[in-house]
Amino acid sequence: MPPTSRDAVRPAVRPAGWSAVPLWWLVPGAFLAVLALAVAVPGLLAAADPLAADPVDALAPPGAAHWFGSDHLGRDVLARVVHGARHSISIGVAATGLAVTAGVLLGLAAGLSPTWLDEALARTFDVLSTLPELLLALLVVAITGPGTVNVIFAIAVAQIPTYARVIRAQTFVVRRSGYVEQAVTFGRSRLAINTGHVLPNVLGPIPVLATIGLGQAVIASSGLSFLGMGPQPPAAEWGAMLSEARNYLRVAWWEALFPGLAITLTVVCLTVVGRRLQRRFEGRTP
Amino acid sequence: MIRRLGAGLAVLWAAATASYVALLLAPGDTVDILIGDGADTPEIRAGIIAEWGLDRPEIVQYLAYLWRLLHGDLGRSYQLQRGVGEVLAGQIGPTVQLTLAAAATGVALAAVIAIGTAGRGRWPRAAASAAELVSVSVPPFLIGIVLLSVFSFTLGWFPVSGAEGPAALVLPALALGLPIAGVLGQVLRGGLERALEQPFAVTARARGLTERALVARHALRHALLPAVTMAGWFTGALLGGAVITEVLFGRPGLGQVAMQAVTSQDMPVVMAVVLLSAVVYVTISTLLDLAYRVIDPRIRS
Repeated sequence: MPPTSRDAVRPAVRPAGWSAVPLWWLVPGAFLAVLALAVAVPGLLAAADPLAADPVDALAPPGAAHWFGSDHLGRDVLARVVHGARHSISIGVAATGLAVTAGVLLGLAAGLSPTWLDEALARTFDVLSTLPELLLALLVVAITGPGTVNVIFAIAVAQIPTYARVIRAQTFVVRRSGYVEQAVTFGRSRLAINTGHVLPNVLGPIPVLATIGLGQAVIASSGLSFLGMGPQPPAAEWGAMLSEARNYLRVAWWEALFPGLAITLTVVCLTVVGRRLQRRFEGRTP
Repeated sequence: MIRRLGAGLAVLWAAATASYVALLLAPGDTVDILIGDGADTPEIRAGIIAEWGLDRPEIVQYLAYLWRLLHGDLGRSYQLQRGVGEVLAGQIGPTVQLTLAAAATGVALAAVIAIGTAGRGRWPRAAASAAELVSVSVPPFLIGIVLLSVFSFTLGWFPVSGAEGPAALVLPALALGLPIAGVLGQVLRGGLERALEQPFAVTARARGLTERALVARHALRHALLPAVTMAGWFTGALLGGAVITEVLFGRPGLGQVAMQAVTSQDMPVVMAVVLLSAVVYVTISTLLDLAYRVIDPRIRS
């Protein structure tokens, strides 16, 4: 990348490389916008029916009829990738939303509780975060059985400790801050202080963490779907598509390439945006 | 040190309790799962209840479970009708091979990335950052799929599946090791660059040390410290990734066992795998804590 005028006015200590170019704001932003469009109105980006099988036209390479080729049942890969965004992204968003909500509540509860309860909660978060996320999610799926809703729940459970630990630490900082002390002095009730002062102020790191967490949730959901735990066939979900495509790798690379690219690009863009936000708001590199 | 061991034991106890709670939460009647497709008469039911001690209060069952765990008894598999310990022992070999090979691959590549790019200016740094970004963003099974289609299907260098011979280990170890290399390489590189800016690096250069000797003798030791703190993530990535890698490459191992157990709701096996990974985690993080003291004498006091 050539140096831009922005580089010239920045101090020399600023990390150079991919992070210095504003283009890196634009490209992920544009991709995420297209993705949002695919989630909202998939028909606009791909006219074909993602579930319509046509055995005569199976395993056709990318061309004018099928831009991304067709899969082993003759379904249009482009349509499946575009429609798959709805499955994959909504699982990720729902899991992240659930994990953030539960994480904030539990972290706040721990941070505001008497010491013994806080210790118990904190140790629980510690133990849960020692277990690999995928194994924890599998444990949950073993209890609940496979399916879209259960996968959302499993990923959320596996990610709760991350958010809860951050919020707990934030709560300690905010509780000792001047404005909370002031509010106590003015005789405001505990509930009013906790909802009016503590809650909004501990939420600071959440948007950044959730953006990066969403990317990781998309990876986790594609992994669980790949293992056959997520949305069941013939649903077009990226991980499930890859799982089917792996049996046809020898003859049809396109059936695996495009859903794979979709997952990777989604997560790369979310990670880049998340880290840029992190740098902007926290003034430090992750 | 005693404190450290105590904390480790507490984690293990909590993991055992958590997996017991998971067993209680599991839907369906244990007796139904145990009977499966077999004959179902009241006598057989009564026999199963007596054999597995299901009529006792839950707290007694829990304590009995902990007591058996203390004696190394992991219980019996619902599906396989064999001891869980026996099932795991039969499958642990290929998984240990895979994770060790992947860990070695990951660490070696990370060292290459870090030493090759640290302090070499903008482009190598950008390349290392890009490698790290890709390795946190690509699902682990996708790397495996790409490796398979290039090296097994197109070039035919390595077998497509199974665990026969060293050639079958190459691609799975790479698939599991590459994401680790990207992240660890980035951390090591950051540590190395910070170390090379320290006053001691200036002193060493002034003494006439070559850049290579400076990195090898002084800077690497400093760079290792932040990398060691990544151990938890590292272990988790290996153990979680092993499940997916084994399924993708059709390798036998604990991951396959865990997958089958999850599918058939064979809770004792799922619990044992989760417990085992907690044991591995605690052992590794304790060992690395010790390593920390060796690397940095300042924290020994």
